[in-house]
Amino acid sequence: MFEVVAFYLFAALTIVMFVITVMSKNALYAMSSLAAGMIFISAFFFLLDADFLGVVQIIVYSGAVMALYAFAMMFMDTTKEVKENNPPKKIVFFLSGMIALLLVIILLTPVISDKVKALYPMSDEIGNTEAVGIVLFTKYLVPFEVAAIMLLVAMIAGIILASKRMDESITLKIDQEIEEKGAE
Amino acid sequence: MITLTHYLVLSAILFSIALVGILRRKNLLMLFFATEIALNAINIAFAAISKYYGDLTGQMFAFFVIAIAASEVAVGLGLLIIWYKRRGTIDLDSLQTMHG
Repeated sequence: MFEVVAFYLFAALTIVMFVITVMSKNALYAMSSLAAGMIFISAFFFLLDADFLGVVQIIVYSGAVMALYAFAMMFMDTTKEVKENNPPKKIVFFLSGMIALLLVIILLTPVISDKVKALYPMSDEIGNTEAVGIVLFTKYLVPFEVAAIMLLVAMIAGIILASKRMDESITLKIDQEIEEKGAE
Repeated sequence: MITLTHYLVLSAILFSIALVGILRRKNLLMLFFATEIALNAINIAFAAISKYYGDLTGQMFAFFVIAIAASEVAVGLGLLIIWYKRRGTIDLDSLQTMHG
């Protein structure tokens, strides 16, 4: 009973938050509702007995990713409305509707569940975090290390890209002045 | 009782919301937001399948998806800031420099 109530409550909240993110004209509102939606999604992970994944979701998404977005938005004026030259609505909604329908049909077809054999079965004896650790550091050790290197590369790339001409103010000067300064 | 199908349909709905966002938005920052929604929708599907088949592999893939999303945001926002410094706008239409 608890699971049913929690599922529908968080499903409704998540969908509402993400619809606000997609439809809002204000970048600040979009980011706030995105952060809220991320927190609500972690509730699904807790419901699904994936405790560690839920904690990682809160820390990484609501913590790190949202902080990055917040910093990036400090470069732009977030209080004014985002002006967009939207494409014709009919085409967009027709295309997304068709793809959504296709997706739902694919997911509703019965999965061949009898033939699926669990490679790394969950056990009740050890907790989720321990089980995740054991699988991650045995079977998925190489992808884990590759992911670590990828994160390092992304961090260095982000720093180098964003810090170029960081000493220049981009709001007080016009483009030309910055270009002239860069040419010297 | 909540079954696997419930979670998969929820995941499909969230993915469709992200799809609408990607198709109708013209602001690059908003496109990034829509991408995050899509990645999260897939993560829900991974975790749900992992639970209902009693297999941890789904959760492992969800971890790697989160890692990829984090690095995508770092590099993407760096490029976004550069573009904003150059052009003063992050509208997608300003990205086309080769139109005749």
